[in-house]
Amino acid sequence: MVEKVRFSARDLNLYYGNFRALRGITLDIVENRVTALIGPSGCGKSTFLRTLNRMNDLVPNVRIEGKVLLDGQDIYAPDVDVVALRKRVGMVFQRPNPFPMSIYDNVAYGPRIHGEKRKAVLDELVEKSLRDAALWEEVKDRLHKSALSLSGGQQQRLCIARSLAVRPEVLLMDEPASALDPISTAKIEDLIRSLRSTYTIVIVTHNMQQAARISDYTAFFLSGELVEYGPTSVVFTNPKDQRTEDYITGRFG
Amino acid sequence: MTRARVSDRIARYLLWACAVAVTVVITAILVFVGREGLLTFTAVDPFTFFFSPVWDPPNHQFGALPFFLGSIAATAIALLIGAPLGLAGAIFMAKIAPPWLRGMLRQASNLFAGIPSVVYGYIGLTVLVPWIRGTLGGQGYGVLAAGIILGIMILPTIINTAEDAIQAVPGSLEEGSLGLGATRWQTIWNVILPAARPRILAGIILAFARAFGETTAVQMVIGNSPRVLTGLTTGTATLTSQIIMEMGQTPPGSTWNRALFMMAFGLLVNSVLLILLVRWVSSRGVAR
Amino acid sequence: MSRSHWWDRLATWVLWLAGLLILALLAGFLIRILGQGLPVLNVRFLTTKPREMLPGGGIGPELFNTFYITALSLLFSLPVGVGAGIYLAEYARPGRMTDLLRLSVEALASVPSIVLGLFGMILFVNAMGWGFTILGGALTLALLNLPVLVRVTEEAMRAVPDSYREASLGLGATQWQTVSRAILPAALPGILTGVTLVAGRAIGETAILIYTAGVTVSRHFPDFSLFAPGETLATRIWYVKSEGIVPDADAIAAGTSALLILVVLVFNLLLTAPIYWWQRKRSGR
Repeated sequence: MVEKVRFSARDLNLYYGNFRALRGITLDIVENRVTALIGPSGCGKSTFLRTLNRMNDLVPNVRIEGKVLLDGQDIYAPDVDVVALRKRVGMVFQRPNPFPMSIYDNVAYGPRIHGEKRKAVLDELVEKSLRDAALWEEVKDRLHKSALSLSGGQQQRLCIARSLAVRPEVLLMDEPASALDPISTAKIEDLIRSLRSTYTIVIVTHNMQQAARISDYTAFFLSGELVEYGPTSVVFTNPKDQRTEDYITGRFG
Repeated sequence: MTRARVSDRIARYLLWACAVAVTVVITAILVFVGREGLLTFTAVDPFTFFFSPVWDPPNHQFGALPFFLGSIAATAIALLIGAPLGLAGAIFMAKIAPPWLRGMLRQASNLFAGIPSVVYGYIGLTVLVPWIRGTLGGQGYGVLAAGIILGIMILPTIINTAEDAIQAVPGSLEEGSLGLGATRWQTIWNVILPAARPRILAGIILAFARAFGETTAVQMVIGNSPRVLTGLTTGTATLTSQIIMEMGQTPPGSTWNRALFMMAFGLLVNSVLLILLVRWVSSRGVAR
Repeated sequence: MSRSHWWDRLATWVLWLAGLLILALLAGFLIRILGQGLPVLNVRFLTTKPREMLPGGGIGPELFNTFYITALSLLFSLPVGVGAGIYLAEYARPGRMTDLLRLSVEALASVPSIVLGLFGMILFVNAMGWGFTILGGALTLALLNLPVLVRVTEEAMRAVPDSYREASLGLGATQWQTVSRAILPAALPGILTGVTLVAGRAIGETAILIYTAGVTVSRHFPDFSLFAPGETLATRIWYVKSEGIVPDADAIAAGTSALLILVVLVFNLLLTAPIYWWQRKRSGR
């Protein structure tokens, strides 16, 4: 089976002012697979994640060199519609950040800003997204209650549902479970496994066991460089680079 | 999608226009009032205007000294009364009062701030002036009455800024002092107040500006006599009270009218300079 | 050691005294105003027209004008004030232009009300030839409201956590969509509190209105014309106590003062409750 590449980074460099945060990253993200980005704090994995949906644009003094190709097109080309990009490439953040609105309104927010007004369509989208995020059963009777009344784990699944509602092709997750308790974390991991076949997922995690459990491919970052990238099983059992082995066996990090 | 983009563009320009409108307004005020005011000096020389104590427009005498002195005196008395009382109140609220009393005082401060200045003037006129006349003699009107009323009016300003300033002092400083065996008052006096001083100072300058520019309450108790004050309880006038008393009687374009505008322009320039001062004082404090 | 304890004791007493003095002053004020004024208030007083020379006048038109002018001034100042506040909070980038805008807001806030009144007089009463009108008064009053609304809006918008902006932009929203659908609704309670503040001040304002809206009222009651003269409760008190010659000036001033205080109080209460309720609903507690 040929694995199709969705996202490619080619010799990507990112500068915060004079500080070079990403050095010559070249990496392929495979379609409908989970790719994990691991590495110690400050290694650039979150920064790289954010280049994939151009969230780095929000930071002042940021400069990009190199290319990031989505289906062959450079997303940093001057005429690219960033708003459309972010519809195709969704993001879930580290801390759950539901809007101070009802659960329904949170999930419907995305479709609404993209122009969907018909109630029937929205109702359907909300239900489907909440089901896909494994939250429907828990909230179906209180869709119009405030989203802030949910627990932390539920809020994060709500944020996932919210991202799914705009029907992205790629889902970026920045340490989605690090602020949650172990049970919620397990639920999120199950969720990621179930989403795998429909979405291309890139997940940043500082938890190596998590990466080993749920990802198909793993990329190891260190000080802004991509040290090693390959199928998860290979990276964890037979790493090519000594630094990868040191990190995985806990010698630093 | 393009609809959202178009709205985004339009919104950005509209919002920018709103912000620029504010600049246009303040510039217009400075220009209009300034122009009318400065035209005074085509008929009166500046030295006379600022330093002559004779104000008799029908006889072409335009000495505004009584009003400058009146404003300064009333404001000074206001600060002498309001600043210590307000500061003491703020310290009390922040450090000593039990929570229920603190809440009550905060509400009281808000209520004080909500009382219209004309009502302050009314109370001043019906309660304070007769009382002063009875206790201290004189006419009862004058800068003392104005100063007391202004002092009460600036209480909310002083209390709010001082309380914020005190609360902003890190608890660790306070703990450090108490841990060394200092009493509460020693800690307040030697540690907390100095640390809060820039912001407290900013609040006092703000209160000064408010008191200096207050019109209605002052006009009702100052006596409205355009003569240099000869005592605390003799009728006099301030810049603000004189403007409001005479503006209605002066033909537009006359020197008299322009002289009043010059007084208004003086008030305006004074306020703007004071907020620049506040900005400067605040920036020095924050830099710590 | 006991000397510093003695100072501490003294200071504590003095501070308690200060706190209680402040409360006593307020109580004294309220008792005096309400005590003298409430007896004057009756339906007749609240609905009849004022008189110039004879006793027995009422303040009906002034009561109407007070609300009318305040409402109009809010109508004029809210869009521009909130708009400018949103711009400063969400769009303005650091630089000299933005510094100038901020300075303008602060400068406008510091302008004494009498100067605003004179400006309004130059512009609306004289230059445009309207004479003393409700419209002129409302527009000038709007200038008083403007800087406070800008500041309050900007603070309220800034207080909304950045995570909402990130989430919204991450879903593919434009900046305006993010501001209007996610940030502004969350900032609304803070903005409304500011509106209450502004309205309360506008209701009691005198110096601005004397030379823009005048100290007389229209012959008709109620008169919705924007170009009618517009004496309000506040200017009535001032007029009656300064230049008026009605024999019952004291009673009128007392009653009107009491009414004014009550209006401000009721207004505050009326708006605080719904704001509180709405905030609780959104945060799900």
